[in-house]
Amino acid sequence: MVEIDMKVKMKRVDEIIERYKGEEGVLIQLLLDIQSEFNWIPHGVIARISEKMRIPTSQIYRIASFYKAMSLNPVGRHIVQVCMGTACQVRGAPKILDRLEANLKIKEGGTTPDMRFSLKRVNCLGCCAMGPVIEVDGTYHGKVTSAMVQEILEKYE
Amino acid sequence: MPRVKSRDALEELIGEIVAKRDLNKPCITLCSGTACHATGSDSVADAIVEELDKQGLTEEVGFRRTGCHGFCEQGPIVVIYPEAICYLNVTPDDAPEIISKTIKETGIIDRLLYTDPSTGERIVHEHEIPFYKHQSRLVFGDNLRIDPTNIKDYLALGGYRALARVLHELTPEEVLEEVKRANLRGRGGGGFPAGMKWESTRNAPGEPKYVIVNCDEGDPGAYMDRSIMEGNPHRVLEGLTICAYAIGARHGFVYVRQEYPLAVKNLGIALEQAREYGFLGTDILGSGFEFDVKVHRGAGAFVSGESSALMNAIEGKVGEPRPKYVHTSEAGIWDKPSNLNNVETLANVPLIIEKGADWFGSIGTEGSKGTKIFSLVGTVNNTGLVEVPMGTTLRDIIYKIGGGIRGGKRFKGVQTGGPSGGIIPVQYLDLPVDFDELTKLGSMMGSGGMIVIDEDTCIVDLARYFVDFLCDESCGKCVPCREGLKRMREILEDIVAGRGKEGDIELLEEIAVVMKKASLCALGTTAANPALSTIRYFRDEYDAHIKEKRCPALVCKDLISYYIEPEACIACLKCLKNCPEGAIEGEKRVIHVIEQSKCVKCGICYDVCPPKVGAVKKISGKPVPPSLPEAERAIRKGKKKGGGSD
Ligand SMILES: Cc1cc2nc3c(=O)[nH]c(=O)nc-3n(C[C@H](O)[C@H](O)[C@H](O)COP(=O)(O)O)c2cc1C
Ligand code: FES
Repeated sequence: MVEIDMKVKMKRVDEIIERYKGEEGVLIQLLLDIQSEFNWIPHGVIARISEKMRIPTSQIYRIASFYKAMSLNPVGRHIVQVCMGTACQVRGAPKILDRLEANLKIKEGGTTPDMRFSLKRVNCLGCCAMGPVIEVDGTYHGKVTSAMVQEILEKYE
Repeated sequence: MPRVKSRDALEELIGEIVAKRDLNKPCITLCSGTACHATGSDSVADAIVEELDKQGLTEEVGFRRTGCHGFCEQGPIVVIYPEAICYLNVTPDDAPEIISKTIKETGIIDRLLYTDPSTGERIVHEHEIPFYKHQSRLVFGDNLRIDPTNIKDYLALGGYRALARVLHELTPEEVLEEVKRANLRGRGGGGFPAGMKWESTRNAPGEPKYVIVNCDEGDPGAYMDRSIMEGNPHRVLEGLTICAYAIGARHGFVYVRQEYPLAVKNLGIALEQAREYGFLGTDILGSGFEFDVKVHRGAGAFVSGESSALMNAIEGKVGEPRPKYVHTSEAGIWDKPSNLNNVETLANVPLIIEKGADWFGSIGTEGSKGTKIFSLVGTVNNTGLVEVPMGTTLRDIIYKIGGGIRGGKRFKGVQTGGPSGGIIPVQYLDLPVDFDELTKLGSMMGSGGMIVIDEDTCIVDLARYFVDFLCDESCGKCVPCREGLKRMREILEDIVAGRGKEGDIELLEEIAVVMKKASLCALGTTAANPALSTIRYFRDEYDAHIKEKRCPALVCKDLISYYIEPEACIACLKCLKNCPEGAIEGEKRVIHVIEQSKCVKCGICYDVCPPKVGAVKKISGKPVPPSLPEAERAIRKGKKKGGGSD
């Protein structure tokens, strides 16, 4: 089973690589596509990119660790992003983050042991008028209060 | 659609599109920017479409999903044309009534109208709402009328006419001259004159040349570039193409952040349509000019929005800045002359070409021409995007348009210029806002973030927040920025935690001087601004933290305590039930008490205590009063309780 999974995965990786073959300066775009496909960038995939694109793994790791949008660790089924941008900050975002950390019993950047949630802080989701904002799997929740946090989390199995 | 091959063909096409549109036909528009997605615009759209179908009106009534209208506080917003009836906070359940009452019978649904908070008067038409009335939406206004995925909407408003004029009537030098004469200054941060930058790129030796749009918008709290890119991408592309012509570039890039999925999507659609119609590609509009654009998604690093860093990223390298003595206009992408402009800067260009530099120059102040879009957010009543002529006062923006401070709180200041900007205090409310005035006050224009703060925001904590942000985002390449920010963060963290000591402020100032002088890029040279500007205007708050271990805004966790006032408590159990730590003790008819040793200061008790009661208080700088003896905590039946006061 795992074996087949791996094969399917690598096939997707190869398809993504194929989009960029022969072009210059595409590494960041390629890694972003991998990130959106798997929600993280597995080590095996980095080796594959290195081999196919003839780019040293060190260079790939350098990029993948520099950018916030890329993750080198596996993430949970649901990704909770808390906006800590200025507009959200002055409307109570720190309290929301505290509450999420307390309810999920993880720190930001972490993943719950049951792999249900990963918690991330981001700098601005661009819905500043709705602050404080959290985003779960692409759905935005605006004007969040501490008391709403648990209710929102319960929607995600 | 065949390619548009000449200026005449464009005029013909525009004429055709306009002729087919019946301006008297009712049309429902729904704003579908990202903020409205957050408030359920998708389900409203579904409901409207379904209802039109049900009532058999799909043919007679137009429906259009537009970009952001800017009044995000009240979204989703529905505007019904031709009358421009404006409904706010629309839900899917309102759809049947909107169609049967407003569309079929031209009746108005009162509850969906804007209510003026001061007079209670209801306002029917969009342009009469104070939020819109006092703006001049030269750049942003078309967002209301355009479905960004349909190039015909842009053409119907005369889109790509400016490009046609440039290609067929003006030489590149003449375009440069016009933009220089208009004195269009960069909207992305520095305020550098766009025409001069274009000229130096044009004159720099080396081929090919590149032009780039900066839609990284790393400034937290600002989202106007996103809203333009999402809502009116063709306007940016038209501006970019004109810029390319003036400079002599055949390749362009749009650098847009990955966190803006809708902007990436709408931009992609716009590019395809522009190519299809021949506004991009070879022989554009039959002029022989050739130009095309690639999209590069940014991967979430603030410093990558800086020009040389952004160019590194486009090359596929880590987005770190290069030393500034090499100008990107001479050696940018792959060491070729490259011109970078912000989204809003380029969105102004078609307007300048169309209406002329003189017209543009008649708007704004001596040194800053045209309008500026601000992202008016924070603790103001009407949050959203606001476009006003340069030189409009802060008071007009915050009070006339923004409707003042929410919850009747006291205005404390407004933060402009992004993380490395500054906070402008109340005594400068009548300041005309332009590039130079803001700089004089130790802040800057930045990209136009305007974050209003009230008495409940702690200035020292806010300074700590910005320094922390910049510390995280510093690429670490140069020592003054990397180490300076770290030290500043330590000092500020100490101050908010009650460990501040005499001399801390002076030390902050000293570090600031070095960072300003010796950092590699503008991130470092401006990083001390938030600390310096807050020290300049709010030194007493620093002193309260350092000397009295008191947080006047009652924010800094280590310096405050939560306390239930026994005289005000009605023993309603609300706080007790909601306390996640079980730190509140009491029962029905027994006054509640917070066990200070268990309290984590999450503030939930404070939030859930009914406003009428207001028994939960925050205190700072003095000890928590001892709790009442057990025997005195019982509330006897019939005993009149005094209401809480604030
Ligand atoms: C740390 C840093 C971050 C920046 N981020 C952005 C950004 O997100 N968007 C932007 O348009 N300009 C940003 N700038 C400014 C750019 O370097 C550049 O000046 C600008 O894009 C030029 O366009 P303009 O002249 O049209 O304003 C940033 C600058 C620095 C130093
Ligand atoms: S600051 Fe939170 S969405 Fe912009």
